[in-house]
Amino acid sequence: MKKFLLSFFVFFASAGYVLSLSWGGGASAAPNPLAAETTPTAPTTDTPVPVTTFNPTPVPITPTPTLSHTPAPKPKGQYTDGTYIGSQADAYYGIVQVQAVIHNGAIAAVNVLSYPNDRRTSQYINSQAVPLLQREAIQVQSADVSGVSGASDTSAAFRESLASALAQAK
Amino acid sequence: MRATRLIMGMPIAVEIIDANAAAHVESIFTFFEEVDVRFSTYKTDSEISKINRGEIAADDYSHEMREIFTLAEKTKRETQGFFDIRRPDGTIDPSGIVKGWAIQKAAEMLLQRGVEHFFLDVGGDIQSHGLNEEDEEWTVGIRSPFVLSQLVKVLIPHAQGVATSGTYIRGQHIYNPRAPDRTIDDIVSLTVIGPNVLEADRYATAAFAMGRDGISFVESLPGFEGYMIDRNGIATMTTGFQKYTV
Repeated sequence: MKKFLLSFFVFFASAGYVLSLSWGGGASAAPNPLAAETTPTAPTTDTPVPVTTFNPTPVPITPTPTLSHTPAPKPKGQYTDGTYIGSQADAYYGIVQVQAVIHNGAIAAVNVLSYPNDRRTSQYINSQAVPLLQREAIQVQSADVSGVSGASDTSAAFRESLASALAQAK
Repeated sequence: MRATRLIMGMPIAVEIIDANAAAHVESIFTFFEEVDVRFSTYKTDSEISKINRGEIAADDYSHEMREIFTLAEKTKRETQGFFDIRRPDGTIDPSGIVKGWAIQKAAEMLLQRGVEHFFLDVGGDIQSHGLNEEDEEWTVGIRSPFVLSQLVKVLIPHAQGVATSGTYIRGQHIYNPRAPDRTIDDIVSLTVIGPNVLEADRYATAAFAMGRDGISFVESLPGFEGYMIDRNGIATMTTGFQKYTV
């Protein structure tokens, strides 16, 4: 029932988001952003890296994805055996909620009950003309930089939900 | 002058080129500490925790709290409810929007004080302006999602905001319960360059949540560029991305 309610929420939320996209909403995007930018263009050829084209195919709508995760080593016997459901942590555009399974006092599995993957929005995007986007194999760069951009948000929500599940297991 | 401090549970690096750099750097750190004290849901005595316990009447919310609520409400409206800082249990957690807002706010504070040359890096979300102390463009590396000490791209943001969304959780396997042998979401990192760090942050998170199609979403947004990396180390970039690469 909980999953059903969640699916229900995700459906209406994403339907609403699609609507907002279709009338050009979505934060500060200019009206009708898709029309102007999605004319297919050939990839540029002035690049030294191998170039292929990318045209994503629609992905079937899937139920809540599950994620299993090899946890970091914990001292044995730290937790009480059982299955614990973590809090619903806001990852900004969706809810992350995990379930921790404790066996022999250690984390045996972490299952993701909810993860911010919105396939309906994806399908909407796919229904638009998709430009051919350039791809490349990533290559290590060595350079002095002022700073480094990296992820923190989704994994933060993941940790938050996991922490609350583990708090119950103590 | 460059300094780094751990605030809001993440490293905050501030670099300022100015005659009064030290004072400006200190005031930026003070600002982030105030943001943390006000908005942290982990601190029981924060304003947001008091609001969640019903201890502060709506009329007594701080100016900053109202600003965040207004911004969250605007985003909620624009996404037809898709974005909501209200959790299912009824409490409010604005952390998803506070980080980008705070960096943007700090950048505006510096510009208002006539500081032209600065670099703000808050947990990997970056707003820069002007030039570095060698009178050269600021540069931003994109972290490898596979080896965190390595860079896979070097950008010159030209005063735009840069934010990356993704997951570096090692050994994770995301699969479709109905087809466990098929990977359904293999995107590990998505970097967005946008008009400012708040917008870049909002769209990086939204696009990452869309999985493999997120990069097409970024492509569709005027004024935004993106670089997406999948678990096989293959990157996909938007058509204008290379104007920011070194």
